[in-house]
Amino acid sequence: MAEDKLTIGGREFASRLFLGTAGYPNQQVFLDALDASGAEIVTVSIRRVDLEGGAEGLLELLSARRRWLLPNTAGCATVKDAVLTAQLAREALETNWIKLELIGDRETLYPDVEQLLRAAEQLVADGFTVLPYCTDDPIVCRRLADVGCAAVMPLGAPIGTGLGILNPYNIETICARSEVPVVLDAGIGTASDAALAMELGCAAVLLNTAVSKSTDPVRMAAAMRHGVEGGRLARLAGRIPKRLRAEASSPELGLIGT
Amino acid sequence: MTGDARMMKVNGKPRDRAAGPLLALLAEEGVAPDARGVAVAVNGAVVPRARWGGHALAEGDEIEIVKVLQGG
Repeated sequence: MAEDKLTIGGREFASRLFLGTAGYPNQQVFLDALDASGAEIVTVSIRRVDLEGGAEGLLELLSARRRWLLPNTAGCATVKDAVLTAQLAREALETNWIKLELIGDRETLYPDVEQLLRAAEQLVADGFTVLPYCTDDPIVCRRLADVGCAAVMPLGAPIGTGLGILNPYNIETICARSEVPVVLDAGIGTASDAALAMELGCAAVLLNTAVSKSTDPVRMAAAMRHGVEGGRLARLAGRIPKRLRAEASSPELGLIGT
Repeated sequence: MTGDARMMKVNGKPRDRAAGPLLALLAEEGVAPDARGVAVAVNGAVVPRARWGGHALAEGDEIEIVKVLQGG
């Protein structure tokens, strides 16, 4: 079978699964889950140095495994904070890639679309490869692509809920119309959700909690890998149309007793 | 001289310290000049690592010192 690479911002990736690095029981479980997932793109956050956190050595471990780091602006609620966080991330990690998150509300964690568009425009002009976390709205996704985003990352369901893809119709519509890769971000709960995202036409899936907070993160990471691969193959293979009536698959002739 | 407007702010917290080299503040914060995954902004503008050595902080400056952490 021909190679089926994911291309974003001029870079090629063999894996279509992006993995978040937060919330694992410990670092060894994270590393084993990362290996089991096959993910090449991993997300990280940018926080003040006085915040306690066990990130010591995270960068060394990730670069030893040759992963592509995608810093985020998670939690930012203003264009100013998101843009500065992106610029700090670029300096800290020597990458111009940014997962742009602009949260409109701490309770729902829904994206603030108006501010997201403004921040995306500024960051693109500043030379960033912008991957915005956005609502599952085809028009919003088109606007984000129009201002130069390298991909769009609509949510399947609110962050951390594990509710899966609440509006498959919207995701399919976005995929059918998007000129840039569509990465399903947020809401994935289990492997079938990841498979569905790929069947609907997504180019990739980004997830974190579904793996890190599962009972067995390493096994779930493997399940996600297979879910994404299975869904991608099914998409490329072309599913049969849905029918309302039964149709026998075995030959009807030669049946005994007729 | 004791007015808050003249106080430096380091990672959102007021800090009563005199103007001086950025590297001295970084040392106080336990950030080595070659620390990986760290970045600094002063008054909303990133100070590239190559310029840490020559950067002097002034009264009233707002400094953000960040690092890479786990994230989703």
